[in-house]
Amino acid sequence: MTANSPSVFLLMINGQIEGANFPEYDDLYCKYCFVYGHDWAPTSGLEEGISQITSKGRDSPHRLVWNFPLEITFKSTNPLGWPQIVVSVYGPDTFGNDVVRGYGATHIPITPGQHTRTIPMFVPESTSRLQKFTSWLLGRRPEFTDPKVVAQGEGREVTRVSSQGFVTLSFNIVTKDTKRLGYDTTATETTHTHPVAAGFGPGNQTLSM
Amino acid sequence: PRPQAKPVPGSSHSESSTMRQRMKDKLKAARSEMGLPTAEEAYNFFTFDFDPEPDEETRKGQKRRTRPEGENEEGEDGGDDDEEKEEEDKEEEEELFLIDQSADDFLVFKRAEYMGYQRRLQSENELLFTPSFLTVPASSKVPENMKPRYLEEEGLYVGERPPMSLTNQNILENRILKQEQGRKWFGDDGRIMALPDPIKESSTRPPLFHIEDDLDPALQTVYRKALVSKHASQYISVGGETNGDYQLDVDVSGLIFSHHPLFSQEHVLGSRLVQLYDQHLSRQHRNLTEHLTTKLNGLRNTIGNMLEVHGGQRLTPVMQQRISEYKQEVRNTRRLRDLEQEKDRTLLKGIVKIWKEIKALRDFQRFTNTPYKLYLRREEVERASDVREYEAEIQAEVDELLDEMEEDYQRKVTEYRRQQEEWKVWRRKQRAKNKKKKKTQSQLDDNEDDEDNDDDDRTDGEAEPGPPKPKPPEEPDMEGVEKQVSEKASRIRRKPGEPILVPELTASGPITPNEQCPRGEFARREDVAKRSIFIKVLYNDKEVSRTDNRSLNSDFRVHFGQIFNLKIVNWPESIKLQVFEVLGLSTTLLADVFVPVPESSILTGSAPSEELVFSSNLRVMFDHEAVGSDVPFSFEVDGSNRQTLLTSGKLSCSVSWAVGEDDVPLAPPTTQPNGLKQLDAIASIGASGLNDMKKLGEWATESRLDPNDPNNADIMQLLKVASSGEVTAPDYFRLEQLQEEFNFVSEEDLEQSRRFRLLRLRNQEVAEFRNYKFVPAMEREVTDKVFEVRSLREIVDTKGHLDAHRALVAKHLHKIRESIINRFLIAKHHFIMSDLVQEEQVPTIGILGLNLFKLAEPKRPLKPQRKERKKVTAQNLSDGDIRLLLNIIRAYDIPVRKPSVKYDTRSSSHVLNTYISGYERVRPFVEVSFQRSVLQTTTADGPNPCWNEDLQLPFSAPNGDYSTANLQSMKDEIFINIFDEVQYELGGDRGKEVHTRLEKHWLGSVKIPFSTIYFQSRIDGTFKVDTPPVLLGYSKERSLASDGGYDAVRSLTEGAFITLFITIEPQLVPGETIREKVSSAWISFESQESEGLLLASEVFERDAAVHFPDRPCLTTVININGKTVFITRYLRPLNPPQELLDAFPNSPQEATDLIARYVSLIPSLPDSVSFAGVCDLWSTCDQFLTLLAGDEEEHAVLLCNYFLSMGKKAWLIIGTAIPEGPTTYVLTYEQNRYLIWNPSSGQYYGQYDTFCPLQTVGCLVSADNVWLNTQAYTSPLRIRFDVTKAKLWKPFFSRAFPNPGLSSVQCITLHIILHLPFPKISLTCRIEKILKEKIMEWRPRNPTRWNRYCTSTLRHFLPKLELSRGRDVADEHRLELQSLLGDYRISGFPLHLPFSEVRPIVEAVYSTGVHNVEASNVEFALAVHVHAYPNNVLSVWVYLASLIRMR
Repeated sequence: MTANSPSVFLLMINGQIEGANFPEYDDLYCKYCFVYGHDWAPTSGLEEGISQITSKGRDSPHRLVWNFPLEITFKSTNPLGWPQIVVSVYGPDTFGNDVVRGYGATHIPITPGQHTRTIPMFVPESTSRLQKFTSWLLGRRPEFTDPKVVAQGEGREVTRVSSQGFVTLSFNIVTKDTKRLGYDTTATETTHTHPVAAGFGPGNQTLSM
Repeated sequence: PRPQAKPVPGSSHSESSTMRQRMKDKLKAARSEMGLPTAEEAYNFFTFDFDPEPDEETRKGQKRRTRPEGENEEGEDGGDDDEEKEEEDKEEEEELFLIDQSADDFLVFKRAEYMGYQRRLQSENELLFTPSFLTVPASSKVPENMKPRYLEEEGLYVGERPPMSLTNQNILENRILKQEQGRKWFGDDGRIMALPDPIKESSTRPPLFHIEDDLDPALQTVYRKALVSKHASQYISVGGETNGDYQLDVDVSGLIFSHHPLFSQEHVLGSRLVQLYDQHLSRQHRNLTEHLTTKLNGLRNTIGNMLEVHGGQRLTPVMQQRISEYKQEVRNTRRLRDLEQEKDRTLLKGIVKIWKEIKALRDFQRFTNTPYKLYLRREEVERASDVREYEAEIQAEVDELLDEMEEDYQRKVTEYRRQQEEWKVWRRKQRAKNKKKKKTQSQLDDNEDDEDNDDDDRTDGEAEPGPPKPKPPEEPDMEGVEKQVSEKASRIRRKPGEPILVPELTASGPITPNEQCPRGEFARREDVAKRSIFIKVLYNDKEVSRTDNRSLNSDFRVHFGQIFNLKIVNWPESIKLQVFEVLGLSTTLLADVFVPVPESSILTGSAPSEELVFSSNLRVMFDHEAVGSDVPFSFEVDGSNRQTLLTSGKLSCSVSWAVGEDDVPLAPPTTQPNGLKQLDAIASIGASGLNDMKKLGEWATESRLDPNDPNNADIMQLLKVASSGEVTAPDYFRLEQLQEEFNFVSEEDLEQSRRFRLLRLRNQEVAEFRNYKFVPAMEREVTDKVFEVRSLREIVDTKGHLDAHRALVAKHLHKIRESIINRFLIAKHHFIMSDLVQEEQVPTIGILGLNLFKLAEPKRPLKPQRKERKKVTAQNLSDGDIRLLLNIIRAYDIPVRKPSVKYDTRSSSHVLNTYISGYERVRPFVEVSFQRSVLQTTTADGPNPCWNEDLQLPFSAPNGDYSTANLQSMKDEIFINIFDEVQYELGGDRGKEVHTRLEKHWLGSVKIPFSTIYFQSRIDGTFKVDTPPVLLGYSKERSLASDGGYDAVRSLTEGAFITLFITIEPQLVPGETIREKVSSAWISFESQESEGLLLASEVFERDAAVHFPDRPCLTTVININGKTVFITRYLRPLNPPQELLDAFPNSPQEATDLIARYVSLIPSLPDSVSFAGVCDLWSTCDQFLTLLAGDEEEHAVLLCNYFLSMGKKAWLIIGTAIPEGPTTYVLTYEQNRYLIWNPSSGQYYGQYDTFCPLQTVGCLVSADNVWLNTQAYTSPLRIRFDVTKAKLWKPFFSRAFPNPGLSSVQCITLHIILHLPFPKISLTCRIEKILKEKIMEWRPRNPTRWNRYCTSTLRHFLPKLELSRGRDVADEHRLELQSLLGDYRISGFPLHLPFSEVRPIVEAVYSTGVHNVEASNVEFALAVHVHAYPNNVLSVWVYLASLIRMR
């Protein structure tokens, strides 16, 4: 990889999982992992992580704060399969069983700079009321076989989900050599950083099987 | 020619009045018959009820009926004249009656009149007219002797008529024609005149100007980036900090009507007077006259001074110039002053005149309506000075005028002189010419007296026209000037000594009280009092507020004095004040007054009040004194000099921006015209939207567009432009044009680029590239090597085969595989809920109870049960995470070394050695190789060694892809080789140093495919070791200490065995779901079986799965075309190749063995590997033999069919075996015992054989039924194979559901190719050559010598092996070799393989490790033999030996 003609570009992600807004739940922790295409590879940093358990504060009764840092660098040859971060939130239910409270995913912002993302979270629904009851009773809620499912569109039509809350992430993106390889990811207007709800509307996914 | 209608005398008043009305209308119609009917008439025409009236006859009839009887006899066809006369008579008669007769005379008492039906019908026929709906002939619609003229044909534009049904049109035409003057409704073409359909069908769009490049460069469109106008939204949003804090103050102070409908005549005059007076006041205020007079005097003084200063001296030209300028100025100023003075004078006169008129009016009507009073104040002047001034003024003016005239005269004179000179010169020339011609004396005379008199007669007419002879200017008329000046002065100025009149208008005069007024005036005043006025304020056409109602006063001035503060958010577009008049409950809009939006600098407080004039064209009439509006009236008694006045007035108001608390104007920043808003989308696209001119033209000609139709003007213009210019319209639609823009790269680039090719291959999930990582970013970094893998595969498949037939087969197989993989890929992308979401099953009561019971369980049970390990989804894994665990426990019956006779004689040490360690000795160890990583156990002693060692082999998936599909398709195998470690001592005799050399001798191997481990998750059992038929130097001696009982048990099994446990750590989830899903999908969509059978089989399989979950049960299978076939259809007796049967005619046992061997020689190709875990495909026997590849099912079916044809009782066993997993075996019953055949190896086992690889028996299949094992046990050792016992075997076809007689899918006879179509010698040579090359390749550091003598010996030996099928030849062979090659120590063995490809042979040779001999003097021997069986089944023998010279 000479300086003149790089064969890969680098994407460095710094940031943190700032916190979440789950109005009904408390004592939650979250896991994250990255999903990326074939032409991507992490060069440094942690690909997966699990946060501490956080409780709601007295002064901010709706806010769960993790401030869980993310730091990872990817190298890639192809923007296809741009990394996505998958966040899944877990916490105890009324019986103390650890159950999933939400899955969510968003693409890593493609433009260098600071970004904040608020991801809506959702969980798969039970297939029947009876199932729902027993799963509640036994503390074995339906889960995705793999949290990475939420980063892919394939096969989602068979699931039904219900929305839960929001997780806020902040990213600081640095790229290297993207432009050299012909990918211009710098936005023309760099001014606004709007918190776009990535993949909003998990309710839309609830197509019947 | 119809009579001038007169009122027809009617019998009653009402009737006559209506008649009169009708007549009036008719009169009107008649009057306007020449022109086109007016709108009103047209309306009347179409809406009027024509029934009784329009016809002359009906009128007559009516008349007749009203008349007294007796006149009935009058002829109907009497001329018009007669009738008129008669009418007149009648009139007279009636008048007489009126005078003479009383009312009684009119009354007649008589019976009620009854008219008979027929009569009434008749009379009604006369009265009523029913228009026919037949088409009126064209001739009756056009004037006589004229043909209908079709304007359209003449090329004139005729608009499209509005659609109308023909019947209605006919009725209308008939009706019109009945009417007098009906023809005027018809046009020249004989049709009713009609306007073209006014509805425009298409929306208008702006004219299309430019077509490509024809445009003037100056007019070229310049494309700029779209600007978002600040005012695109109507809301004011600037900055955002002072958002929305804008205020507009609208001050409505009042209004004055300059005319109002309720004005009386006096009011009219009064307002006029007021106007004039206002004018006068404003003039006086400006006082232009005074100003101009002063200026004039100043100028005059200046001129006088200048002349005085230079008194008499010669003036410099500059001074002269200035003086003349001053004079010019004086002249202008004087003219202006005169004008102003005249205006003043006329204004004053007008005021006085109107005042006089008012006074006269007041006198006349004897009351006063208006409070106006005009005083004319006289300002006395001193007569003498005034006269003097007047005179002086006149004198000065006269002087000036004289001066000017003098000057003018002088100038004219000079001009005259000059012209005269010119003329003379010309004249002279003329003369000279003439002189030459005539030379007469008289001309000379003429010439002389030419000086003074110009009145010489021009005799020569031939002279060319020269400059006209100038005329001398006239002397200025001095007296006339003075007269003129004084006349003018008297006209425009007051006379000297006259007092100055200053008019003063006051509104203080008394108004006559209402009660003293006459009735008309009183009514008017009442009316005025009832009215009131209010004003609505509209901002951007929305009403924001309104003033209070103010009643109208007699002076018609309304004072509001209200200020409205408008907080505005939207940009001001218009501010409108609406003047409303209220009368009672009704409200009338008088006028709209538009107030300009103020500049942002106009602020409240400093804004002047503006007077905005408004007017209304409302027509108002009153029946009292008021003059009304838009109604002519006159002041004169005789009604002459009519005037019409419209309601009008002045509204005084002011609009300004408010000032905030801290003196900040609450005005938005400068308003800009909002340009962008009006642009519509189509206009912005413009003509570029229409590209296809040709098509448009074609369409225009096809649809015969009328070029004269104004509707089509746009298109025509466009077409004209298009056809005239050399515009080449692109023949594609615009969207496609854009499509090209959207293309990523051109198609060619896409094809050529290696990188794109790679990306596409990966996207298509082609096996080699499915999980290719890091496709390089640059084209140049993609090497062609990448594709070699793929091309290699293809080439190997077609060309690399040694056998043409097999190549074809392989090709075919490849095709099938491709298609099935495609189907599989489609199915793989179909998800079901359980693929994505893990959900607990709803627990049944039993499970709940069990769980409850579990709570009471001891925490640490005495007999712990093996816990299931947690399964890991393969997706999360990466290299190094997975290991293969092997536990090699023990082995049985390892071949032992044979004592060498020669060794005994020659070397005492050897004798000693063997003696010490026992007669037979072997030191076996196990070497496991997987994915080229090799591990070995420690060496154990003896033929029944026990290692009990754990080995861990690293595992890595191809391409690092741990997806289920990829793991399923892995073809890697685990080789478990047993070696004998042999220790040689070298040089022991010579010195004290003893060198030992270790050699390993291959004894046998076990191959376990990875897929088996993957699917079964663990393999636990004892396996038969593949040992070569001949192992030089070893013998398969039974252990000497064998007791008879043991021997009897395993009588049928020969060879070595090894006990193993293999698993994968962590446990991987086998992707069985996909398999089931796909197969279930296939079952559901394609089958030739009947519905009932499928249903039954489904039920059967489900039952089996519920009750015996670990027993494989198969009733339907999928054939090679993906269709579901019932399993029994595969079984049918098929004759084995006759050659095989003939081989051992006397020994059926031998023949059976041979057939089993033949079947096992057909190469095995597990479906689950080749089809990537899709499912088992069952091919029929002929397909199998054609393909020469298949897995256990095909082998089993073929073997079973052969057995059946040989008259044996044979079944298929569906069960599980080690190491294959779920598999199919063959069961035969002969000689009162059951034999279990492994079809892929050709081996058979007794039912009670301990080492039988078959572990569970699920069900048995015969040609006509399927039985499910319902016994307690599944192991063949412990079950009974008697299918007739209903308790033990549950049949599929029972009495309740009998076999419908399913036909077999197999062919009746197998087509058998007896002999090979290709020379097997060449194949032998090629295999040998390849192997030799390979061996040399594997020994890169050592020279590889080939012992030709040995090779030829081995070559001769191999056919014998084939004949004996590997038995009972070892000893002689060894002896033979021994005798031939006495000096060599030989280790080697023959390998026996079915033949499909070269690669497996090479692999097998490699795994033996023969090439690894390191000794320097080693020699090798290699022999290959290919034996051909019928139908192209080949058996390949490879004999490989290493020779080491002893001395």
